[in-house]
Amino acid sequence: MAEQNQHLEALQDIRQMMQRSSRFLSLSGLSGIAAGLWALAGAFVAHHLIAEYYGDYNEAGNFSGFAFQQLKLHLFLLAGGVLALALLSAFYFTWRKTKEDKVPLWNHTSRLLTINMIIPLVAGGVFVLALLQHSDWRFIAPACLVFYGLALVNASKYTLSDVRYLGISEIILGLVATQYGNGGLYFWAIGFGLLHIIYGFIMWWKNERKTSGR
Amino acid sequence: MPVNNPIAGLNKIFDNRIRLGVMSAVVVNEEMSFNDLKQLLEVTDGNLATHLQTLEEAGFLKVHKGFVGRKTNTTYSITKAGEKAFKDHLGGLEKMIRGMK
Repeated sequence: MAEQNQHLEALQDIRQMMQRSSRFLSLSGLSGIAAGLWALAGAFVAHHLIAEYYGDYNEAGNFSGFAFQQLKLHLFLLAGGVLALALLSAFYFTWRKTKEDKVPLWNHTSRLLTINMIIPLVAGGVFVLALLQHSDWRFIAPACLVFYGLALVNASKYTLSDVRYLGISEIILGLVATQYGNGGLYFWAIGFGLLHIIYGFIMWWKNERKTSGR
Repeated sequence: MPVNNPIAGLNKIFDNRIRLGVMSAVVVNEEMSFNDLKQLLEVTDGNLATHLQTLEEAGFLKVHKGFVGRKTNTTYSITKAGEKAFKDHLGGLEKMIRGMK
């Protein structure tokens, strides 16, 4: 009996090591929720900026290149700001979780996760910049969603498996968005806002609720 | 090898927990550096080095010595023989536990 337990323990050790060495499991669901909230706030502001631009446009009755330049600049800065805030809060919550789990934030597995996420993300970023360069607005939101989804699917091999389903949802949403050229901002808000909040909450519920003990 | 021997598949080298841990990590990763393994297994340099040497001498690990800047960076990956030995060991453990139920 004692020997059986000893071997069972050995098997459990092995399984744990295989998982711990190949997956970064301290990704916090709260970071997803925070990113989603920032995205929704950003989409709200963007909606106002665009509405204001069209309001002025209708009042003046003619196209003003300057106003359009301003709008583009503001949206670009807004997007950058949202991204920075989302990344900062993601780092913060994940860092907090790594302290709870007593694992380093920057280790073998988080390195694997980062590298594999960055590859499709950079490809997508460059692609979106090319779309901007050619003023092809319709496909910017779909391209953001699809490439982000691909990045998540790729990264999911190195972290919690829920991330894979988030990635697939983002890809589907992005593809659907291609059919609704003018609804870009809404799809963007659903994909980066709503889905992040939902999946972040599910991940938190499954993996952190008990351990945080609150 | 007698068929009904319950511990036939077990490999003595993997009796040690650290060696078992190293093998579990290198079997799922292409390569692991010395520091990655140290972090994962929470052992001292000397202790880990001894066990790595044992595994290397058994032909289960491939060692690549490299540099990152000026610091040495040694990485380890599993050999074909190591993979087979580890899988046989796991199979042996499984059979044994099933047989005892």
